[in-house]
Amino acid sequence: MKGSAWRSPSLLAGAAITAVMVAVALLSLVWTPYRPTAMDFVHRLAPPSAVHPLGTDSFGRDVLSMIMAGAQSSLTVALIAVAVGAGLGIPLGALAAARAGLLDDLVMRGCDLAFAFPALLTAVMITALAGPGAGNAMLAIGIFNIPVFARVTRGAARGVWAREYVLAARAAGRGDAAISVVHVLPNIAAVLMVQATIQFALAIVADAGLSYVGLGVQPPQPSWGRMLNEAQTFIWRAPLLAIFPGLAIMLAVLGLNLLGDGLQDLLDPRLRRAR
Amino acid sequence: MTGFLLRRLLILLATLIAASLVVFAVLQVLPGDPAAIMLGTGARPDTVAALRHRLGLDAPLALRYLRWIAGLATGDFGISYTYSVPVRTLIGERVLVSLPLAVLAIVLSTAIAIPVGVLAAARRGRAADAAMMGVAQVGVAIPNFWLGLLLILLFAIRLPWLPASGFPGWDGGAWPALRALILPALALGLPQGAILARVTRAAVIETLGEDFVRTARAWGLSRRAALWRHAVPNALVPVVTLIGLQFSFLLAGTVIVENVFTLPGLGRLVFQAIAQRDLIVVQDLVVLLAGSVIAVNFVVDLVAAWLDPRQRLAA
Repeated sequence: MKGSAWRSPSLLAGAAITAVMVAVALLSLVWTPYRPTAMDFVHRLAPPSAVHPLGTDSFGRDVLSMIMAGAQSSLTVALIAVAVGAGLGIPLGALAAARAGLLDDLVMRGCDLAFAFPALLTAVMITALAGPGAGNAMLAIGIFNIPVFARVTRGAARGVWAREYVLAARAAGRGDAAISVVHVLPNIAAVLMVQATIQFALAIVADAGLSYVGLGVQPPQPSWGRMLNEAQTFIWRAPLLAIFPGLAIMLAVLGLNLLGDGLQDLLDPRLRRAR
Repeated sequence: MTGFLLRRLLILLATLIAASLVVFAVLQVLPGDPAAIMLGTGARPDTVAALRHRLGLDAPLALRYLRWIAGLATGDFGISYTYSVPVRTLIGERVLVSLPLAVLAIVLSTAIAIPVGVLAAARRGRAADAAMMGVAQVGVAIPNFWLGLLLILLFAIRLPWLPASGFPGWDGGAWPALRALILPALALGLPQGAILARVTRAAVIETLGEDFVRTARAWGLSRRAALWRHAVPNALVPVVTLIGLQFSFLLAGTVIVENVFTLPGLGRLVFQAIAQRDLIVVQDLVVLLAGSVIAVNFVVDLVAAWLDPRQRLAA
């Protein structure tokens, strides 16, 4: 198992890209080349140079510093959104799997219902009606992660519930909750990790979309989506401004997707040949 | 098949009703009295009360819900709080932009993804497969609104072939309108196509390993014939299911992409209605979109059952 991890190029590439993203986000907390909010009207819309490696925006802010700070806000929003989804969805799914029957039906039909609402569209409405900002963006994205985690948890957990050692634990008088925590969840942790990676990538795209339409993280805090929105106004004069933040989003998502694919291959060697 | 159809229809109806209940309940919780908003801050209380009565807002909640649903069923979506015109007119105008856009995006993504996916599966493990799947992997990671910006940069600014924004309407002929939809449809469709290509490839590879494909080869069918006549049709079930699921993503995607290209579609209407607290429009729109997602998934289930009889028993 250990050896095969090193032979999976997508796992390695994904882990490397994700590690760089996280490192940049953490670094931006203590150091960026310039203050990401510092304006310099003399050097507006400057092209990339030794002083400003990625140039400056329409307010003369350093694009590299903004992208670094954007990584931090984007990863934070996505992380908390996924945590909300996993924190509520996993217990719900575990409960549904443990108590088959009416409760199971109820949870699963609830998930079906939630999937009828286009997630990003509803997130737009929630943030627009409840007020724009990072907090509401996390909640709006997180809500739609709940049914995803509930479904995956339930599906995977049901397989574990059919195993002999669970039957044995039940015969020994263990309760549903104890069996879920001690026997079921550890056995499906890997599947949930893969799902969390995928959801993390989706949450980054959703967060960028929300901030693009002005509903995510509010200025002066930089965000990749808002940078793209502002770049569109100057797309004729400074096309590069519309490139860099998008590249950052793409890299972050690509890294997480590769990581998810790699983890999945590792879990299910049968699929490795198919990919 | 009749039993299956009936069961699916019942689930469809129940989901629709549940969705409308959720939307209605959520929007009732929001603060603000539409009548007071319509009349402005200087309005006299009795005028507000009269308008509330005229809009039916003073009726009990249950009655208002029933009236709203009965209206939706008969095509009466209520009156916009801000424009004082029937919501149906507002939505009707915008659907003529968003629906062609979504359809065009689905057609583009499917037309590209299925051949690419099948080809990659047929050449699995070779350079062509690796190249196509590499491009798809990157394509999946590109957010549609950024792709929109890139397409504007390339095909509206660098090469002035297509309009960067706006929509001329369908009155001036189909071509100018379609021209305005090409870039938005590409922005929406290509990332979806990348996902679809990956799924198509995986599904075809899986069926290529099935016994019936081996039997077909043993019968003397060429590789190509076995692929197209046996493997591909059987791989279509997950592909069709995914196309249905993507419809929901596309609807949400139009909301953002219409903003990139300033298209007067449902997405723009959503933003306007929210900004102006035109809640009846929001309520109608959400239920309509959820309803169309439910309806599309219903059709997809039927198509999947038609393609693969085993699904009828599973459902």
